Amino acid sequence: MSAFVELDHVRLRYGDDGGGTLAVDGLDLSLQKGEFAAVVGPSGCGKSSLMKLVTGLVPATDGNIVVAGHEVAGPLKIVGMAFQNPTLLPWRTTIDNVMLPLEIVQPHRRRLRRERAMYEERARHLLATVGLAGFEAKYPWQLSGGMQQRASLCRALIHEPDLLMLDEPFAALDAFTREELWSVLQDLWLERRFTVILVTHDLREAAFLADTVHVMSARPGRIVASHTVDVARPRTLEGTFEPHFVDLVHVLRDHISRVRGEAAGTPPKRDAAA
Amino acid sequence: MNRQRKLEVAMPWLVTIGIFVVWEIACAGFDIPQFVLPRPSVVAASAVQWAGPIWYHASHTLFTTVLGFAFAVVGGVLLGVAVGSSRLVYNGLYPVLIGFNSIPKVAIVPVLVVWFGIGTVPAVITAFLISFFPIAVNVATGLATLEPELEDVLRSLGARKTDILVKVGLPRSMPYFFASLKVAITLAFVGSVISETVASNEGIGYLMLQASSRFEIPLVFAGLMVIAVMGVAMYVVFALIERRFTRWATRDVGYATGG
Repeated sequence: MSAFVELDHVRLRYGDDGGGTLAVDGLDLSLQKGEFAAVVGPSGCGKSSLMKLVTGLVPATDGNIVVAGHEVAGPLKIVGMAFQNPTLLPWRTTIDNVMLPLEIVQPHRRRLRRERAMYEERARHLLATVGLAGFEAKYPWQLSGGMQQRASLCRALIHEPDLLMLDEPFAALDAFTREELWSVLQDLWLERRFTVILVTHDLREAAFLADTVHVMSARPGRIVASHTVDVARPRTLEGTFEPHFVDLVHVLRDHISRVRGEAAGTPPKRDAAA
Repeated sequence: MNRQRKLEVAMPWLVTIGIFVVWEIACAGFDIPQFVLPRPSVVAASAVQWAGPIWYHASHTLFTTVLGFAFAVVGGVLLGVAVGSSRLVYNGLYPVLIGFNSIPKVAIVPVLVVWFGIGTVPAVITAFLISFFPIAVNVATGLATLEPELEDVLRSLGARKTDILVKVGLPRSMPYFFASLKVAITLAFVGSVISETVASNEGIGYLMLQASSRFEIPLVFAGLMVIAVMGVAMYVVFALIERRFTRWATRDVGYATGG
């Protein structure tokens, strides 16, 4: 079975040939359709470069990237993206913000004018799913940070993309809101089963949400370990305090501290199991 | 309305009237001659006496200014969009624009007179030349400061460059654009009056030049006042338009928390 997203020995160098920084090198990653993958790593490990490579926003210097059976040559057309900063447009109401992708992506773009009522209903429904019913006509600056991020998620999903890219989407939120949104995202995913790549530095977040957690090394980034999270869904916040889950987070933390140690120049600790 | 708010509304009037009162008292107190600095009351009397010619020339100045300004809005926006959305155009045009903007526009009027003769045309062109620059710079700034993430979101949806410009770039640069209009309209008055003073038989600049050559100093001051009033009036017009179209950027208290 061929993978939905496949990165094969990808290298990315910023700047001119020879010089410049090597952001990622020898990056291999593979996702099945409908899989929820998380990528964790120390800061500056090229996680955001991974996002840009997969979506085709920057071309790889070397190596192959295949998404949905096609080699990525330019920006992909139907990806949903959300970032740490909600990037909502302040002159648009919440519902108009959510509907922005429909004004760009075909075939919605063509149909939007005639079937506006249907699309508006769809946006309303999506907003209600994330708990934003009644806030459709509000402007982004009238919403709290968590609500803005919910709206940003809706905007990433309104056009029903096959691939959702999340770049530390909850990093700027307080702990309670963040955990609440984990559940919101899990519910959406369980309902729709889109393929997700979640870049994060929150290990509990990665373990809570993902099917597979990939650990990235320090710059130049590559995947040094992959862990399957064998916790049944729907996962609960209480479940994150159970020994099995806590152990998993500890294993991930060990990996991160090891790659951080390598980056800092201290000799890596060798354990017998590895 | 509480006292603080009332004071805020009254403040512009209080300060303006205060300046005239101090001016009047100072002229009387220090016994300053009329042909050096006429008292405001004398200026006002002169304005009433010459109301007909002032009206004629002022409306002509207003016409040339607004016409030049209208060209500046069109030209400034087009130039700003070009400079703001393309690094190549930016690199090529910016030094030329800075250089051009450094030239005092009064130095260009004689050239315009050679090309177009005296009168309305050089005044319109001078108003245009002096006021397109801030518009272009502000529109370009608004476009160039677009958040990269937002551009990524749109590009990963398959948005074309024009999509990004229309959906995000232009609406985002509206506050910059309207802010520049307020500056540009006052500059346009400077441009048209300069040109009228040097080369015209019409307009408030011409009227003032004629008055000063006949030592009608109160009329000169009346002309200055009329220009100032027209400038303030146009500024207010564009400030109101700005408030209407970019409420999202100013977020008035009372509007922000609608309920």
